[in-house]
Amino acid sequence: MTYETTNILVCGIGGQGVMTATEILSEAAIAEGHDVKKTEVAGMSQRGGVVTSHLRFGPKVLSPQIAPGTADVLLGFEAAEALRWAHYLKPGALALVNDARLVPPVVELGLFKYPDDPIGDMRARGVRTLAFDAATLARDLGDLRLGNTVMLGAIADQLPFSAEVLLECIVKRFTRKGESVVEMNRKAFAAGRAAAQSATPATA
Amino acid sequence: MAAVMPAPAASRLLMSGNEAVARAVWEAGTKVAAGYPGTPATEMLEMLSTYPDMYTEWSVNEKVSLEVAIGASMMGSRSFSAMKHVGMNVASDALMTLTLTGVEGGLVIAVADDIGLSSSQNEQDSRFWGRFAHVPMLEPADSQEAYDMARYAYELSEEYQVPAILRLTSRICHVKGLVTVGERIEHKAKGFTKNAERWVMVPGHAKRRIPLMLQREQELKRLSDQSPLNVLEPGSDRRVAFITSGPAYMHVRESFPDAPVLKLGLSYPWPLEKVAALAQMADTIVVVEEVEPILETELKAAGFAVHGKDILPRTGELAPEVVKPAVERLLRKEAAPAPEAAPALPPLFPRPPTLCASCPHMGIYYTLSQLKNLTIAGDIGCYTLGAGHPWNSLDSTICMGASMGVALGMDKGRGEADKNKKILAVIGDSTFMHMGMQGLLDITWNRGNVTVLLLDNNTVGMTGGQNTPANGRDIHGQGAPRIDFPKLVEALGVKKERIRVLDPYELPVLFKAVREETKIDEVSVIIANRPCVLTVDFKPFRPYVVEEDKCTGCGNCVEVGCPAIHVTRREKVVKPSGKEVELAFTRIDSVACTGCGLCVQPCAPDAIVHFEPVMPRIVVQPV
Repeated sequence: MTYETTNILVCGIGGQGVMTATEILSEAAIAEGHDVKKTEVAGMSQRGGVVTSHLRFGPKVLSPQIAPGTADVLLGFEAAEALRWAHYLKPGALALVNDARLVPPVVELGLFKYPDDPIGDMRARGVRTLAFDAATLARDLGDLRLGNTVMLGAIADQLPFSAEVLLECIVKRFTRKGESVVEMNRKAFAAGRAAAQSATPATA
Repeated sequence: MAAVMPAPAASRLLMSGNEAVARAVWEAGTKVAAGYPGTPATEMLEMLSTYPDMYTEWSVNEKVSLEVAIGASMMGSRSFSAMKHVGMNVASDALMTLTLTGVEGGLVIAVADDIGLSSSQNEQDSRFWGRFAHVPMLEPADSQEAYDMARYAYELSEEYQVPAILRLTSRICHVKGLVTVGERIEHKAKGFTKNAERWVMVPGHAKRRIPLMLQREQELKRLSDQSPLNVLEPGSDRRVAFITSGPAYMHVRESFPDAPVLKLGLSYPWPLEKVAALAQMADTIVVVEEVEPILETELKAAGFAVHGKDILPRTGELAPEVVKPAVERLLRKEAAPAPEAAPALPPLFPRPPTLCASCPHMGIYYTLSQLKNLTIAGDIGCYTLGAGHPWNSLDSTICMGASMGVALGMDKGRGEADKNKKILAVIGDSTFMHMGMQGLLDITWNRGNVTVLLLDNNTVGMTGGQNTPANGRDIHGQGAPRIDFPKLVEALGVKKERIRVLDPYELPVLFKAVREETKIDEVSVIIANRPCVLTVDFKPFRPYVVEEDKCTGCGNCVEVGCPAIHVTRREKVVKPSGKEVELAFTRIDSVACTGCGLCVQPCAPDAIVHFEPVMPRIVVQPV
């Protein structure tokens, strides 16, 4: 028997909140009654290394890993990391990318080159890519830490359930921090949704 | 972590394999749990420490953690010990005799294999321990099974008076799935029964336990054929049948949904009759196992014609995209293609793990990278990153504590070619207490000429900042006796005048200390003391900025290796000597900078100054 699963790949670098974002997405899928598996390899990745988090949900999930070429949507917290993992997407699937550029020491030392236009490179590979500046959106709302919720807002309309289900899971997480924190996160979520809706999913 | 109210029974929770095991161990009424942090096993003990009504500890190493569990079991209590795969190498001395004494209270050892080496110095297949120690192995395939098998492991352990090994891999430990949890049962300690023939393993006693151990293994073999953990799923697609265990089962099922599969939950000893039954179901049998061809070899020896590592990789994780094409090629009778080195990633810069901004190790490695003629034995921890760019400072890393013995061996084994080399060892506080102390004693006793850098950052950094005797806090964060490193190393035989305690943020002091101590032909210990920046002990300082008009592009600050320093532009210039050099003008990301001041010290034009924030934008709220 085969099962239909939804595969979401979230990528970024250690410390950006990739694992927490995927955890909240998992909670939303569980709230919708799905079986869920979420995996990443932690360890050295928390020291500024590459982090990918795989989320699979559906009636029953077997293998926790998403195979290359089978992701339904990619949520990229950093431009070059989104490019690095773009080949995990199904042909024609959508990438939502925070266009922040986080340059590692090996590049600063002049040993490697950071691509001039990673988003453009993704589009050149035929990946439908929505790019936006999550950090600026978060800063404009008053706190850089809201970037994570902006990212979740961006993916909210690409899920097989309503955006409100995801928003409820975010609200639940922040409830004990008080109404003002909840309100900030609602705004960040809305800003992320709006940013994704207004960006053009251009391919080259 | 503080004790919290555990979730009520029958709750369905999203849990990692580690969390699921912890829950089951607590529910089993376990009284004592011990472990040493190590990826991917760390969270088992971390979670257990939050449960009430039991004793948990970080032990100084895995061997001690297993010995603690053994003692508790002798008193008739249920006990638990958790470790990563290399930890079992350390603990195995205890295991190999424990299998003779057997257990009284249920004793479960969880060993987690870092398959694919996400954060380890090697890759090992812990299933060998079942064979080596003649003990049963349980292999879950997801979080729910990790929970179920951990609970069952206690019954198995007590019924057969045997330590049971729960074998996990990264894809169990760090995969979250839904788990239905139960209630904690009370388990009463029977009390210790004096019995020297059982507990005192002198040759005469141990000899008599060996036949009992072998008899127990035969009984476990019979159990394996009856165990519901070994499931024969007949299936309708009879082109090929599979024998598999652990996460590999999921990859098989995903790839061949209707094929016959023998899924081994109690994977050692394996069930002979069930294997024979499966062998009748298809002409082609494939053993799908991660890392070593253990089952494959044993099945072949038992006369079964099976495929395995002839078509599947011998190292790294399996996945549906690995298993499916390999088996399909076999069915089409095609030759396997040449193995591919790595998945097809676009040609992008690598992003290796780095030391954090303000990491005290950065001062050490910047200093070592500026000195010549050093040979440096390294060790296991965040500071292993000193082998990478820009420092390239470590010359070896073997295993926990090895820097000591390796450095001594380098000293004693050096020939003419290395006679002027300065030999150093670099080791962290927790690794030193894990297995480095004995090595240092060996250096002092045998009059070795080694300069030891003991990097005391008051924590086990790499695994997420666990408490250690170096910070004087126990697993719950409660005050505990704190080790005094200068006194300890002096007691191990280092002369008082050869022990220096310094601040790794003070580069000139550090530089001078290393220069002086390496010149002296005897063992010295330089203790560098600064807390890890990811722990509560670290208090950030005022961040810095680069004054753009003062920066001359010398690039000295880049050589420190701090992730908060970025190059804004590069420029090629020709020096008066005619030599062409590339200048690198920099900026500091003041959000990431925590003000350690390491980059300020080598800055030639004094262009790095404290960040003076402009007045924050005040948003006026309408009343």
